[in-house]
Amino acid sequence: MTTHLEPARAVQLEDVPLRPSFSGGGLLDVFRRHYLLKLIVQKEIQARYQGSLLGLMWSYVQPLVRFCMYFFVIGLVLGLHKSVPNFAIHMFSAIVGVHFFTETFSSGTRSIVRNKAIVRKMAMPREMFPVASVIVSAIHTFPQLLILLVGAIAVGWQPDLQGIYAGVLGLAIITVLGTALALLFASMNVFFKDFQNIVSTLMIFTHWVVPMIYPFSKLATSGIRTTVFFGIYLANPLTISVLLLQRAFWVPSLPTCGRHAPKICLQGGDPSTIGFPHLPHHLFLLGWVMLAASFVVLVLCQVAFSRLEGRFAERL
Amino acid sequence: MAASIVADHATKKFTMRYHRTIKQITIAAMRRQQISDTFDAVKDVSFTIEQGESVGLMGLNGSGKSTLLKLISGVMKPDSGQVLTRGRIAGLIATGAGFHPQLTGRDNVFLNAAILGMSEAETRRKFDQIVEFADIGRFLDTPVGHYSSGMFSRLGFAVAVHTDCDIFLVDEVLAVGDRPFKRKCVARMDEIRAEGRTMFYVSHAPASVRKMCDRVLILEKGALGYDGPVDEGIRYLGYDDDGDDVNSEESEESEVDEELGADV
Ligand SMILES: Nc1ncnc2c1ncn2[C@@H]1O[C@H](COP(=O)(O)OP(=O)(O)O)[C@@H](O)[C@H]1O
Ligand SMILES: [Mg+2]
Repeated sequence: MTTHLEPARAVQLEDVPLRPSFSGGGLLDVFRRHYLLKLIVQKEIQARYQGSLLGLMWSYVQPLVRFCMYFFVIGLVLGLHKSVPNFAIHMFSAIVGVHFFTETFSSGTRSIVRNKAIVRKMAMPREMFPVASVIVSAIHTFPQLLILLVGAIAVGWQPDLQGIYAGVLGLAIITVLGTALALLFASMNVFFKDFQNIVSTLMIFTHWVVPMIYPFSKLATSGIRTTVFFGIYLANPLTISVLLLQRAFWVPSLPTCGRHAPKICLQGGDPSTIGFPHLPHHLFLLGWVMLAASFVVLVLCQVAFSRLEGRFAERL
Repeated sequence: MAASIVADHATKKFTMRYHRTIKQITIAAMRRQQISDTFDAVKDVSFTIEQGESVGLMGLNGSGKSTLLKLISGVMKPDSGQVLTRGRIAGLIATGAGFHPQLTGRDNVFLNAAILGMSEAETRRKFDQIVEFADIGRFLDTPVGHYSSGMFSRLGFAVAVHTDCDIFLVDEVLAVGDRPFKRKCVARMDEIRAEGRTMFYVSHAPASVRKMCDRVLILEKGALGYDGPVDEGIRYLGYDDDGDDVNSEESEESEVDEELGADV
């Protein structure tokens, strides 16, 4: 009937140690089992667009609609197009970063509950699901970055090393922080579904607490600058990431200073001459501090996840 | 011989939640009622199973058999004590595989195999055998959410049975399949036993435990009530008298056993 399996295993078994059957190997285990991770990422992409005609296109609709709305209302009605050159690029680089973060955070939060059929029955690194959500969000973000780049090139963007460095740093902060929060909220969401509602409520704020529909200089030149709120504003990792992305895409697209150039311009066409008040002091130092802090948060969230995962199977 | 499964004072507590919303919890607190209550679904269970042993796990409904299997397979974590295992574990727990309802049977086979630790090449190599064993025909490419419960567990069992595992767990799967499938499963389980792998078999049917196992564990309200030879264990449970026609699953299964016995 069925063929026999290779008899080699019983012999090798002597070398295999006795191990606790509940593994809890954490994030490291996730990357060790990359074939499984790949399958779960494919499954997530497939499941997200099952039964939809436009499929993957939907992940562009939301950022695009938001862009158009802000572009017309904020840009044309409130007149920011005049005071901020290439305001569209300014806004879109922020939208791409924020959208990456919100998608990671909210789909990560629901990831374990969404896969309860598997988590209830099979032993595996349960971090696999939040991590897969982060990867899926990154896959969706990539084409948006391309669109952004094409737009920026169209209005005069030129590559500069410092800008690329800023972009990579900004995306790294969002990835690490998004993974950390996805882990924490995914595990808490198993116990109380309130958490996915908390997350979607939090997401309402994300568009206002970063310099997206207003330039950073507006804040830096206002009375807020001398208050404690300015420090709090800059302590938000998402703000720093957005500013880094704007350094990468918006700043190099600014016009070179000359007779008819607007107020914000590049001296001698050099993007690194743009500083305060258009960008905060020590932007790169702040970026590294945020990245380090995000890694610390990631470790803490992993610890919390490992504490909670022992009760996933029974509570789902 | 090396130990294959070691349970060392393993205990698993479950919470019975009486109150779930803040309103309910507040009202309960004001009336000084208990907000939640825990009980031991598996209570201080210790045993050692050697590599290659075939062990039957018996007990009444709700005695904690499936929970013990989940502790062994690593789906659940004991609250105190520990459960140690050696090597790869496969099998079916509580009649049903960990399948994603939105994915097709084919995708689920690959996903399930990967979770069990099989590589892509290994899965491809065994794919035809798995499909043939499950025998679900053209439903292979439809989402498993639309499968009947029988088809669902057939496919799950087919994957589990084709994994190169060292420990094989079976939890009342034979209760849902039709007769030809049951017979196929029993034959496959015999092979697994013959290959010297450890088998942990949950069943209410004395005849099939007698045929399949050389040792029986009996759970009573979560505690290990009996651990020893099969015949004595079945007597201990009081299943040996004439239980055969009480339960249709039981009689059908022993019938399958007999037919198989005649074949061999
Ligand atoms: N997730 C859970 N939460 C709370 N109680 C549970 C859960 N799963 C099982 N139980 C309870 O634990 C006990 C043992 O269940 P189980 O191991 O499924 O029994 P068996 O498989 O022996 O019939 C039962 O009383 C059951 O109601
Ligand atoms: Mg059971």
